[in-house]
Amino acid sequence: MATPELERILARHRGDPLQLLQILIDVQAHQGWLPPATLSAIAEALSIPRARVESTASFYSFLHTRPAGEFRILFSDNITDRMLGNQALMQALCETLWLEPGKVSEDGLVCVDTTSCTGMCDQGPAVLANGRTITRLTPERIDEMAHLIRHRVPVGDWPPEWFHVEDNIRRRDVLLDHGLAPGAALAAALDRGPTALLSEIERSGLRGRGGAGFGSDIKWRACRDAWGDAHYVICNADEGEPGTFKDRVLLASYFDMVVDGMCIAGLAIGANKGFIYLRGEYRYLLDRLETRLTERREQGLLGHNILGRGFSFDIKIHLGAGAYICGEESALIESLEGKPGKPRIRPPFPVTNGYRGQPTTVNNVETLALAALIAVRGGEWFRAIGTPASTGTKLLSVSGDVASPGIYEFPFGVTVAEVLAAAGAHDTQAVTSAGAAGHCLAADEFDRRIAFEDVATGGSIMVFDASRDMFEVARNFAHFFAHESCGFCTPCRVGTAVNARLLDKLAANRGSPYDLDEIGKMHRLMQGTSHCGLGNTATIAIDDMLVKFRPAFERRLMSPEYEPAFDLDAALSQARRMTGRDDADAHLGDNRSALAAAGARAPGGVESAPATAKPAPAKDVQP
Amino acid sequence: MNDSFMLDGEEIPFTPGQTVMQAAAAAGKYIPHLCWHPDFAAHGSCKLCTVKIGGRFATSCTVRAAAGQEVENRTDELDARRRTLLQLLFVEGNHFCPSCEKSGDCALQATAYEMGMLTPHFDHFYPDRPVDASHPEVLLEFNRCILCELCVRASREVDGKNVFALAGRGTKSHLIVNSESGRLADTDFAATDRAAEVCPVGVILKKRVGFAVPIGARTYDLQPISAAGGDGTTGRAGDTSAPRKTEAG
Repeated sequence: MATPELERILARHRGDPLQLLQILIDVQAHQGWLPPATLSAIAEALSIPRARVESTASFYSFLHTRPAGEFRILFSDNITDRMLGNQALMQALCETLWLEPGKVSEDGLVCVDTTSCTGMCDQGPAVLANGRTITRLTPERIDEMAHLIRHRVPVGDWPPEWFHVEDNIRRRDVLLDHGLAPGAALAAALDRGPTALLSEIERSGLRGRGGAGFGSDIKWRACRDAWGDAHYVICNADEGEPGTFKDRVLLASYFDMVVDGMCIAGLAIGANKGFIYLRGEYRYLLDRLETRLTERREQGLLGHNILGRGFSFDIKIHLGAGAYICGEESALIESLEGKPGKPRIRPPFPVTNGYRGQPTTVNNVETLALAALIAVRGGEWFRAIGTPASTGTKLLSVSGDVASPGIYEFPFGVTVAEVLAAAGAHDTQAVTSAGAAGHCLAADEFDRRIAFEDVATGGSIMVFDASRDMFEVARNFAHFFAHESCGFCTPCRVGTAVNARLLDKLAANRGSPYDLDEIGKMHRLMQGTSHCGLGNTATIAIDDMLVKFRPAFERRLMSPEYEPAFDLDAALSQARRMTGRDDADAHLGDNRSALAAAGARAPGGVESAPATAKPAPAKDVQP
Repeated sequence: MNDSFMLDGEEIPFTPGQTVMQAAAAAGKYIPHLCWHPDFAAHGSCKLCTVKIGGRFATSCTVRAAAGQEVENRTDELDARRRTLLQLLFVEGNHFCPSCEKSGDCALQATAYEMGMLTPHFDHFYPDRPVDASHPEVLLEFNRCILCELCVRASREVDGKNVFALAGRGTKSHLIVNSESGRLADTDFAATDRAAEVCPVGVILKKRVGFAVPIGARTYDLQPISAAGGDGTTGRAGDTSAPRKTEAG
């Protein structure tokens, strides 16, 4: 990389170490990856230890400290993408390009790999091509993509229709039908003033829409009352929960309500600076969001002296770089400060010690948009919608086996069955209530209600019909968490990896009931011992599936009896090959593995089926 | 001191601002731990010190002591969790105690004995972690790293050098040093640094002094870690209870 370009990027970020992640993203965009010498140059320019730069650069999935290929094609690998056939498409692309998944081609041209859910579950299978979102992949598109890559056609020159992202709004209620002009909610809030505004928010009963359901008025009051040099508003647009895409739609088509909400939060807590933490997967939205912020500044709806009312508030957009953990508010703040997204020790909480150690409120995109609505319509009006403990509406991202995947806005209290009926689901076996990190509901629970007091949700509703193998859903989730654990605490870092290995072992038909118990053991360990919400929720869905869909797991077992993890007879196969022996005495007693191995290796293998081997017991343990 | 809480039925006094761990340590009570050290800010990552306060799990090195707390520590339930956490640490790295210079002085090994951990239980991960022998005086044996960040904290807070950091994510988390080559020899690390003394396991080892004290006569060979103070290190300054200092004279 030319030094002038690095200097230009550093200058744009004012040489501020807190901007380290943004600097790394920009530098990589320019030169494709982050070579060791570049990390050293950045460290020197920012006057921070090089190890700190490397820590950040190596933490995020979308940053590369090794050459990553001129073309980098990342297949979204959520279970919904799998249900839409992403694995066959990825295999086809790899075969056409003569590639191994995850490895850069020898000429450095291309790398094809998977990535965590990109938030396009309603229009998958999806990929990120050099960071740009492509939806609705088909075998034809894959063929053409291979052709474009081979001919080194820049991603920006690929067919524009590939990059089209639909909103897919299927049901509108008070938020998606708000009918307000940009800034109207902000004007209403300024009319009320901070104190009355907070009372209105309290009256509304608004609770955080990220899933935890913390009272917004409590959070804002605590932040307002906290002493600090400055207060900050952060809009958490790191929508990483598999199966969630509501924030994508709010940002794409309701951005003014979100910005109004942020300004209103700023007014309420006494802040004049806000950040939008935009997940890297939504990079395609960045330019249009920046443009809209600029327009609002020109219209007096953002920045200095908003609407001429003496209130100043401005917003900066920060990009994420592929880390689910940054949806956790203290990890998000760490990331915003240019560090690896590892959750902080709490307390202290962000409301008192947040960004730069100052009082900070971190709110979900949807929560902020609803706050804007409440500023206009009032708390009583809002409270009349939904249930007493869960007021207002909830945006549900519905995907999977439904006729009409997309966004459904329902008042809280709607039953799961009503949502399924609206989305056109048939023969439904299971539903995730909160993505990979929440409970999995079976058919006898579909009369339960979407509400904090019953089925709490951030809105990720993935639907599985009777044809789906719930074991594969669990395995997909286990690998997701193993990939996304930040690695800070022992139970989550190692526990998620052990879980993924256990499910792989079952998938390879090497498991026993003992392994099912081990999955339960990991669940109990990680609950309560983990450092943050990721570890505490990473096994909930898997444990639910194990309990509610146990036959799907038992089908995979090698035997209904307990089996040793170590297969001694199989371990002797190398010795048998070396000694050229395969007689009965060269095998251990009950050697079903010898039969299995012989069966697998028979064509051309060294070992032939041992004539003396006992018949293998039935492998299928269908209940 | 007029405030106190109950730890396994024993009254423990504390001063305002102290964590449960600090108060327990000051009272001579052992709460199992690996990443905590009295001289450094709490890290809260190993989770060995997880206790139950009023029936809820809490990390005792980060939670503040409060009057009247009922803290469960050495219960069968909590020690079972600790045993599992230790097993996870053992299979995640490459720990071969019989051939390790730190055997007998290792907090991981000693805590595993204390908790009655008899086997690693889980399948080993067998990670590939090359050794860094570049430095003339000190060897880095990354295979044994448990990611406690004590060396990171010591180098940053005491030595003012930032020689160490953690890089990567999840099970790919690993210890790095502050040089473009990735070699310790190319950093400003010195064998006299506090960071050289603080490793609770056998990652940071001084060269040419190996096995000076025979196995069998080492810190935790003579007394269990619960009796030795269990600060996660051997030979720390002022620790007169330890029968020997580290090899660095």
